[in-house]
Amino acid sequence: MDPNIKEYDVIVIGGGITGAGTARDCAMRGLKVLLLERFDYSYGATGRNHGLLHSGARYAVTDKESATECIQENMTLRKVARHCVEETDGLFITLPEDDLDYQKTFVEACQAAGIRADIIDPAEAKRLEPSVNPSLIGAVRIPDASIDPFRLTMANVYDAQLHGAEALTYHEVTDLIINQNRVEGVRALDHHTGINKEFRAKVTINACGIWGTLIAQKAGVTVNMFPARGALLIFGHRVNNMVINRCRKPANADILVPDDTVCVIGTTSDRVPMETVDDMRVTPQEVEVLLREGEKLAPALATTRILRAYAGVRPLVAADNDPSGRSISRGIVCLDHETRDGLAGFITITGGKMMTYRLMAEDATNLACKKLNVDKQCETATTPLPGSEAPEQLSKKTVAVMAAEGRHGTLTKAIAETTDVVDDALVCECEHVSVSEVNYAMDNLHVKNLVTLRRRTRVGMGTCQGELCATRAASAMCRKQEQAADVKADLASFINERWKGVQPVGWGDNMAEAQLTATIYEGLCGLNQYAGKEDLK
Amino acid sequence: MADQMQLNNISENNFEQCLKCSICTVYCPVSAVNPAYPGPKQSGPDGERYRLKDPKFFNEALKMCLNCKRCEVACPSGVNVGDIIQKARMNNPHKPKLRDMMLANTDFVGSMATMVAPITNFALGLGVSKAVLHSVMKIDKHRTFPAYASQKFETWFKKNAAADQDKYSKHVSYFHGCYVNYNFPQLGKDLVKIMNACGYGVHLLDKEKCCGTALIANGMYDQAKRQGETNMESMRSAIAKGRTVVTTSSTCTFTMRDEYTHLLEVDNHDVRDHLTLATRFLFQLLDDGKIKLAFRDDYKKRVAYHTACHMERMGWAIYSTSLLKMIPGLDLVMLESQCCGISGTYGFKRENYETSQKIGDSLFNAIAEADVEAVTTDCETCKWQIEMSTGTPVLNPISIIADALDVEKTIELNKNR
Ligand SMILES: Cc1cc2nc3c(=O)[nH]c(=O)nc-3n(C[C@H](O)[C@H](O)[C@H](O)COP(=O)(O)OP(=O)(O)OC[C@H]3O[C@@H](n4cnc5c(N)ncnc54)[C@H](O)[C@@H]3O)c2cc1C
Ligand code: SF4
Ligand code: SF4
Repeated sequence: MDPNIKEYDVIVIGGGITGAGTARDCAMRGLKVLLLERFDYSYGATGRNHGLLHSGARYAVTDKESATECIQENMTLRKVARHCVEETDGLFITLPEDDLDYQKTFVEACQAAGIRADIIDPAEAKRLEPSVNPSLIGAVRIPDASIDPFRLTMANVYDAQLHGAEALTYHEVTDLIINQNRVEGVRALDHHTGINKEFRAKVTINACGIWGTLIAQKAGVTVNMFPARGALLIFGHRVNNMVINRCRKPANADILVPDDTVCVIGTTSDRVPMETVDDMRVTPQEVEVLLREGEKLAPALATTRILRAYAGVRPLVAADNDPSGRSISRGIVCLDHETRDGLAGFITITGGKMMTYRLMAEDATNLACKKLNVDKQCETATTPLPGSEAPEQLSKKTVAVMAAEGRHGTLTKAIAETTDVVDDALVCECEHVSVSEVNYAMDNLHVKNLVTLRRRTRVGMGTCQGELCATRAASAMCRKQEQAADVKADLASFINERWKGVQPVGWGDNMAEAQLTATIYEGLCGLNQYAGKEDLK
Repeated sequence: MADQMQLNNISENNFEQCLKCSICTVYCPVSAVNPAYPGPKQSGPDGERYRLKDPKFFNEALKMCLNCKRCEVACPSGVNVGDIIQKARMNNPHKPKLRDMMLANTDFVGSMATMVAPITNFALGLGVSKAVLHSVMKIDKHRTFPAYASQKFETWFKKNAAADQDKYSKHVSYFHGCYVNYNFPQLGKDLVKIMNACGYGVHLLDKEKCCGTALIANGMYDQAKRQGETNMESMRSAIAKGRTVVTTSSTCTFTMRDEYTHLLEVDNHDVRDHLTLATRFLFQLLDDGKIKLAFRDDYKKRVAYHTACHMERMGWAIYSTSLLKMIPGLDLVMLESQCCGISGTYGFKRENYETSQKIGDSLFNAIAEADVEAVTTDCETCKWQIEMSTGTPVLNPISIIADALDVEKTIELNKNR
């Protein structure tokens, strides 16, 4: 065997939350792990979802099993992923056009699933959440919360590495190495160097979300997936501080989640063909549905500035043994391809939700351990993620440090301990990201370009959408690593990427802001000459 | 279509209209001299998003804001930056210190002081008292307190002027403010002189309370709101009699016209248009040909006009300067519009003294270079700051007009109008 080819116990394909969580769990059980992501962590559905830490209430009436799973994980993540969760609580409101009788069915189903559900007076609901539609006729309070996908994923990757795992971004798996009905590893293309590499492992885990179906194809097995696209709108600031849901059968745009400094209305849900899953553009029709339905939850949305629109694809899986795919499983799907298809050393983990990732990782890791004859218990339900340990008092308490604490939890210590005034300067004013935080992210969190920096820190996610912070971030990155020429192309690509999300909601103040951004970057800086490089991912 | 569904964005004080252009920060006098201040953009619209998420993101540095509103004048997008900052401060009340209460209650402390004016003035000037004020009260020792008059304007007016006012055919009500009442009654007397010469009777309001600027700046919002409501009530009854309410202080005017609704939720929609600065009132009458002014031939003076921050915010400096330019013997030098640094009671506080003086520095230099006998401005706190820092006397435009006015001729000109 080629000595240059590295051998692992487990290769995890896909750096979404499922892959990141699985890599961590495997590493914590002492396995030698490699995590491969074709672009950046949370590039897929993980970075394009609603950020809701479901209480399970949404599924209580239709899918008790999912509901029970949700509430258990909800309680667990509040502890082990403390710094990624904001304990907002949520409301299920009944509007005059809804059936108030449904409330009773709903509350009973919640209780049966172990979800606390308190019927409260509409007046009390208005007091708790002043933005709620004042014409509501019923309200139930449930333990929903918000959870940040980017932080959650990064904390898992980071901890996997602390436990000895290797992790590579911009490595796309192009092929599986199969020998006598056994997957023995993968071939991958390094997008940055263009080099093809081989990695070998005893077990390969397919955690590619919706793209898992393509990986399965490469292995010659079938995993039937049904891409369900969902679009969402981000508003410029928080309108609500509690999650607001409609108390009726799940439908379009009936959840409003306060995510960090913004709030997000979603989602639509449309079955789309597999060929379109890489096209994330949001249509005017989607925007219209979201806005029209969103207003019913919180009327203020009608006059609140929309920052951008985005879409993601849910990895729904056909229940096994039903090749027609008519019965869809919303739950976790963990496939042992050895028993299922006679292909050894290969596991697919998919379905579920972001917030059930830990359970999914546990299932997949249990199976991998079984195959590797490793007998070690899962500890992820009790071991806090890095950043979520018991908080310590920080020496500095500036707004930027407090904002960073929201993003990095206890790891903020490394960011707050600066002596140089330059380090305290802000790169991103909307989201209060300091030079020190950018440096920290570059040193520890696999920052390769401006887009990855955004996912780690929120640079460019605020109301200016890169207008002011992009150049500053680029210059901070220049000082640390990249070549100036690359940075200009990077900058052009970043500004374009931001514009793509703004474009579907490009009117009013947003348009004025985009115009100013264009004037600065095109007119003043002449950045157009550097554009054209393919989009950053 | 979706863009038709969202016709406009409405946010408190327009904070989400911010385009992040940062122009406001360029014009902020505090940002220019104190790098510890995050500036209007960050303190205002940027910070607001975080404060909406969690009030713990309130930044103590917001207390450095002068509330000069120059950021609002600069903003191309109509964001009420200063109001956002003031509102945030209001939502994070701190318990006012004795010092702040003393500085804020201009009328209470004023009336106590007038009763014993010579003693107060003497005591406030003493080194010992200043040392106490500096260390115990944290009022900066460099400050000279405006002297207290021995007779309140109201007392003078009732004794000497009130009885004559009904003989005029046209009338105005006068909101004199604390400064005229306690510190500088002469300005009130000057206004009465001009108005009477133009054929207008001057009347006090049924009940006048301090406008509340200092209360707002020192965190006493409830009291400010109560006083605001009293003032609006009194003005309403004056307006019902067909009178315009005039003032001689730009800050009082700005507070009652704009801050009452933006910050205190005092309803003034029916009063606002009838409440104006005396110079603006006079200018508009002149412009409409309703009055005429005549000036003394022997009047000669070289003065420099300083645009107070709130005059800049209202955009009214043009009225005062246009009036002044009508005086043939007046050589008027226009100073560049910039903050003098005092901002009401701000500069009186020890922790702000240095910032306050640094802000004013370039103005003080400009005044020195202008080589004038006096400075003129519509704001009384600018007067304290400029007099203390440059030694040049400062006059309200109304006082200059009164001084230059040929009373007999003016009466004659306005007789049958
Ligand atoms: C609109 C919407 C809203 C949602 N809201 C919520 C919510 O509020 N709460 C919640 O808990 N869940 C929510 N979900 C569900 C949740 O987002 C997903 O279940 C979850 O993120 C799936 O994670 P994953 O890691 O399995 O897949 P993904 O996040 O899609 O990760 C797959 C990764 O594999 C990588 N990959 C693909 N092909 C290759 C290759 N050949 N080589 C290497 N890497 C590859 C991709 O780049 C990607 O990063 C929502 C989903 C959608 C679409
Ligand atoms: S009101 Fe004046 S001091 Fe305050 S932020 Fe605006 S410009 Fe600066
Ligand atoms: S001037 Fe106005 S639009 Fe520009 S940054 Fe300041 S508040 Fe925002």
